[in-house]
Amino acid sequence: MSGRITRDEAAHVARLARLRFSDEELDELAAQLSAVLDHAADVEALDVTDIAPTSHPHPLVNVTRADEVRPSLDRDEVLAQAPSVDDGQFRVPPILGEAP
Amino acid sequence: MTALGVAAAVAAGERTARSVAEDYLDRISAGDGEIGAFNLVLADEALADADRVDAALGRGEPVGPLAGVPVALKDNLCTRGIPTTCSSRMLEGWRPPYSATVVERLRAAGAVIVGKTNLDEFAMGSSTENSAFGPTRNPHDTSRVPGGSSGGSAAAVAAGFAALALGSDTGGSIRQPAALCGVVGMKPTYGRVSRYGLIAFASSLDHIGPFGATVADAAACYEAIAGHDPLDSTSIDLPLEPIDGALADGVEGLRVGVVAELCGGRLQAAHLVGTDAPAASGVEGVADDVLARVQDAAEALEQAGAEVRTVSVPSAVLGLSAYYLITSAEASSNLARYDGVRYGLRVEAANAAEMNVNTRTAGFGTEAKRRIILGTYALSAGYYDAFYGKALRVRTLMLQEFAAVYEDVDVLLCPTAPTTAFELGAKIADPMLMYLNDVCTIPSDLTGHPAISVPFGRGDDGLPVGVQVMGPALSERLIFRVAAALERAAPGNGSAP
Repeated sequence: MSGRITRDEAAHVARLARLRFSDEELDELAAQLSAVLDHAADVEALDVTDIAPTSHPHPLVNVTRADEVRPSLDRDEVLAQAPSVDDGQFRVPPILGEAP
Repeated sequence: MTALGVAAAVAAGERTARSVAEDYLDRISAGDGEIGAFNLVLADEALADADRVDAALGRGEPVGPLAGVPVALKDNLCTRGIPTTCSSRMLEGWRPPYSATVVERLRAAGAVIVGKTNLDEFAMGSSTENSAFGPTRNPHDTSRVPGGSSGGSAAAVAAGFAALALGSDTGGSIRQPAALCGVVGMKPTYGRVSRYGLIAFASSLDHIGPFGATVADAAACYEAIAGHDPLDSTSIDLPLEPIDGALADGVEGLRVGVVAELCGGRLQAAHLVGTDAPAASGVEGVADDVLARVQDAAEALEQAGAEVRTVSVPSAVLGLSAYYLITSAEASSNLARYDGVRYGLRVEAANAAEMNVNTRTAGFGTEAKRRIILGTYALSAGYYDAFYGKALRVRTLMLQEFAAVYEDVDVLLCPTAPTTAFELGAKIADPMLMYLNDVCTIPSDLTGHPAISVPFGRGDDGLPVGVQVMGPALSERLIFRVAAALERAAPGNGSAP
């Protein structure tokens, strides 16, 4: 198994994705992702410069609707599912301070 | 009894919807302890749905085509006020404030929803072992997996817990478990069935589709859920062709291509008419007994009057890599919404960023985390062009090659899954080995083309084998018709374990 991804790289990507792993988990993750990327070498090696990318299976144009007021989801029903609510709004811990 | 048999009996007044619902609920309570198909059984709701159908019949009102038919829903389909978990701790206890369009359409067709079925967490997996609530077992052999990620839905139909079920298919998550559980599973053209209310995994590849014990049942379920929906901006606004009339049409004169690469490059089709040279390379891991059933199916179609030949789609072997790069990238973005703020799990901390990390670390299982990390990596600066950008170009290549093949043939045939159902635990520690389960189903997710898996005989271990029929965009009627011909020709033609 190649070392395409190191523990440090895995740790960096984990920070970007807001996930925490132990060193042991990071080593396992790095090894498994390296194996997936080894398999993806077939795609990586391909010369497809003349081929346009497809981000979607069917060509689509923007879909819009008439700008009319319509009923939306019930606010109380939506807020009832939130972990913490204050005065009709989602409540979160302080957003300023120490970053993880 | 088939789903259509139930609907006919209920509509004719031979059975009440309530008595049908009670039968299915009894079977669930007797058998699901061993199988684990359901995350949640909706006994009270099902009986209330059934009573509404019976009351409508009593008043002489018209009832829908699925009147009284018990249906199971994969637990990534939103049901208003009813827990929808994606088999994840992240959404445990969450009650959606709206229902998926497919759920509304099934109810309008008279269906009775009996429960929410187990899946690999967020539909990421091929064995239903990645569920936070424990694995589902294959009704044909409980030491084996049912496939995944819609393993609970496939097992529910195979075990007779539901007459129909819905699943979602991003890389084969309807067709592969259908094959492993010996039932019919179908993925429509991208955009044919609304995804409004399907919890997103990889948005450019997610599809919803039906499971049934028979092709006609799956077709009836598809017809009930298909059609344009203004709530899904990817929904196709084109009229639907009725499927029902086509199922008995047979395959006389149809041109069928057996995809050499998806048969591992080893298909020896010398006896087939119009044979091209077999491909030198193919996808990994297709077992000999599965290949033998595909050969049998090809011969059966030939005997029924089809013109069968081998064809080549070289880029099919690149599908697996392209799929994992694209879906992981999209998943890393889609799953960013689970941040502990608006719904689902929150693990508190002194500040919001730390709360996000605590919540996501506690809420996601191993496979979901693995894919988020892979996707974040594939999208990150310096790697985007090498991996994600190239994967999108492979998708174009594949669309071009399939378009060329469909100039010469009407439909394509190949295995659904490379092997029959494997033992629980056999592949869970090796992600790459697990991913190989989807090599034959991935291409039609990348192209958005419709495909169906039909049981066709058994493997050397006595377990069901599924063969796959694929067609060009919007060819649902045609692939159901070919599937029906295969069903008529299938050895034993049994789906009950």
